[in-house]
Amino acid sequence: MLIWTLIKIACQSLLANTLRTFLAMLGIIIGVGAVISMMALGAGAKAQVMGRVTAMGTNLLVVRPGGDFRGGVRSESNKGLKLADADAILRQLPQVEAVAPLVMGRAQVKYFNHNMNTTITGAPMTYLSLRAFEVDKGQGFSALEDEHVARVALLGANAAEQLFADQNPVGEVIRIKNVNVRVIGVLKAKGDQGWFNPDDMVVVPFATAMKQILGQDYLSEIDVKLAPDADAAAMEERIGAILRTNHRLLPTVEDDFHVRNQSELVEMASSFTRTFSLLLGGIASISLVVGGIGIMNIMLVTVTERTREIGVRKAIGARDWDILRQFLLESIVISGVGGILGIGLGLGVAWSFSRFTDFAILVEGRSIVLALAVSASVGIFFGYYPARRAAKLNPIEALRYE
Amino acid sequence: MIETRNLRKSYHSGEAMVHALDGVDICISAGEMVAITGPSGSGKSTLMHILGCLDAPDQGEYLLEGENVATLSPNRLATVRNRRIGFVFQSFNLLPRVSALENVELPLLYAGRSDARAVALQALDRVGLADRQRHDPSQLSGGQRQRVAIARAMVSDPAIILADEPTGNLDSHTSLEIMELFARLNRDGRTIILVTHDPQVAGFCSRQIRFRDGRVAEEAPSC
Repeated sequence: MLIWTLIKIACQSLLANTLRTFLAMLGIIIGVGAVISMMALGAGAKAQVMGRVTAMGTNLLVVRPGGDFRGGVRSESNKGLKLADADAILRQLPQVEAVAPLVMGRAQVKYFNHNMNTTITGAPMTYLSLRAFEVDKGQGFSALEDEHVARVALLGANAAEQLFADQNPVGEVIRIKNVNVRVIGVLKAKGDQGWFNPDDMVVVPFATAMKQILGQDYLSEIDVKLAPDADAAAMEERIGAILRTNHRLLPTVEDDFHVRNQSELVEMASSFTRTFSLLLGGIASISLVVGGIGIMNIMLVTVTERTREIGVRKAIGARDWDILRQFLLESIVISGVGGILGIGLGLGVAWSFSRFTDFAILVEGRSIVLALAVSASVGIFFGYYPARRAAKLNPIEALRYE
Repeated sequence: MIETRNLRKSYHSGEAMVHALDGVDICISAGEMVAITGPSGSGKSTLMHILGCLDAPDQGEYLLEGENVATLSPNRLATVRNRRIGFVFQSFNLLPRVSALENVELPLLYAGRSDARAVALQALDRVGLADRQRHDPSQLSGGQRQRVAIARAMVSDPAIILADEPTGNLDSHTSLEIMELFARLNRDGRTIILVTHDPQVAGFCSRQIRFRDGRVAEEAPSC
């Protein structure tokens, strides 16, 4: 019998009992819908995180004071990183293109009656290019301002909006911890990075922050930009060696600093999404199994109800195989159509979710193909037993069945 | 054409053991039209099911055109039911919610024939129901349903047509029409075997085999 004839027969008998067919599909619809919407949101979130990590600048090493977080214990000193360390790294390693020693601290920032408590970053002129900041209005720092302890500032996009609303901040004077500072530029927004939002901060020249605002002589961070062809792992080691020498650490003493590279952050982001996908996969398989059991249940009922029909078909020459595939096809149609409706539902949920919150969605072709393949397999797996039961019926007993 | 040797079949009915067939030997030649008669429970239907390859005997042999049916695989048996034997039931056994034409078409579809629609239409025409091809069985009268069932039984041009009380659910006028149809099929060269209670129906047949308690009680000349 032609496959189209079989599909037509399957659809006819399923349509004869629309409500029941729909209820049998429901488990698959919900299962597939949940998977599709979660996968779209997960992929969207991953793409967003990756985009932000890249926006922070590539080929960048970040040196921070204090030992690594490994083991949950951070070693005591946070004040070990000095300006001399940054100079040494730049001087001794030809593969380093630029360094940006940073001091950071929180302070109250005021402009007339507007004020906010935010991160003050003291940075040299190299910082903006290292971190791929762009100046939106006004101008960036020059070398002159570093040397002269100039009282100037750049505002992050959010900081500018909070302090100045619609007004142009360039040329205005703000107070940071009772120090008057002139705003010379506003940075272009980069987006929240999860643990830190660069758009909130106020950037002042490095010397100004150290000597006049925050009053600290140690560094919070050294950003190191490598030449494009430099090997990040090797450079991490070299920098470590230089710092250990500078800090006069004995071989038995652990590092009082740690070096991170951006690929570690990318790694963190993708391991997070991997865990997320595993979790989703687990939920998905449970709901698909439950959906499959629903289909099996309905198919067993259908086979019992249609025992007489099976007897008639066998009496006029249907082979076991003909009966088997007729019922198998019915369960595949249930799960397949359920899968398609589930994809629709999932996309709808993901779309409305992204519309009403600021989550991004990304629909990958492979997740749709996967959903279809999985739902068809569920139909075959859970439909096989009822279909086989139908195929093995004795024709005479089937014809006598009332 | 059809020959049975010492067929035996028994089954449990509650506590009791029922010997539906207790050593049946019959012989039917090609082109005959035979009525099998006898009281209820005398084993007529059981015999028909065995002859139609729907059931297998406990003992004895059934030779269909010289071939021992017991040696055939389930798939071969299905093919025999599909092409060599047409079966007509007392209760019609048409598929519900499927049009008359599609019911008739079914054996051809299982045979994998591509000309199924046209051949099925011809068969419906021969039973005089070409104008009812789109009707659902529930929209047809009893006589019309049985004619659709006969069209289905003969659509793949089998040499043998078996009918188990084909007029049992019909009034006498309709029964006559159905019997005339069978007689016509017999004149076309088909072997017809039918089970009946009705002497008028049996009168259409060239030979009668009377059953009693699972045995042949009285038989007109055999082959």
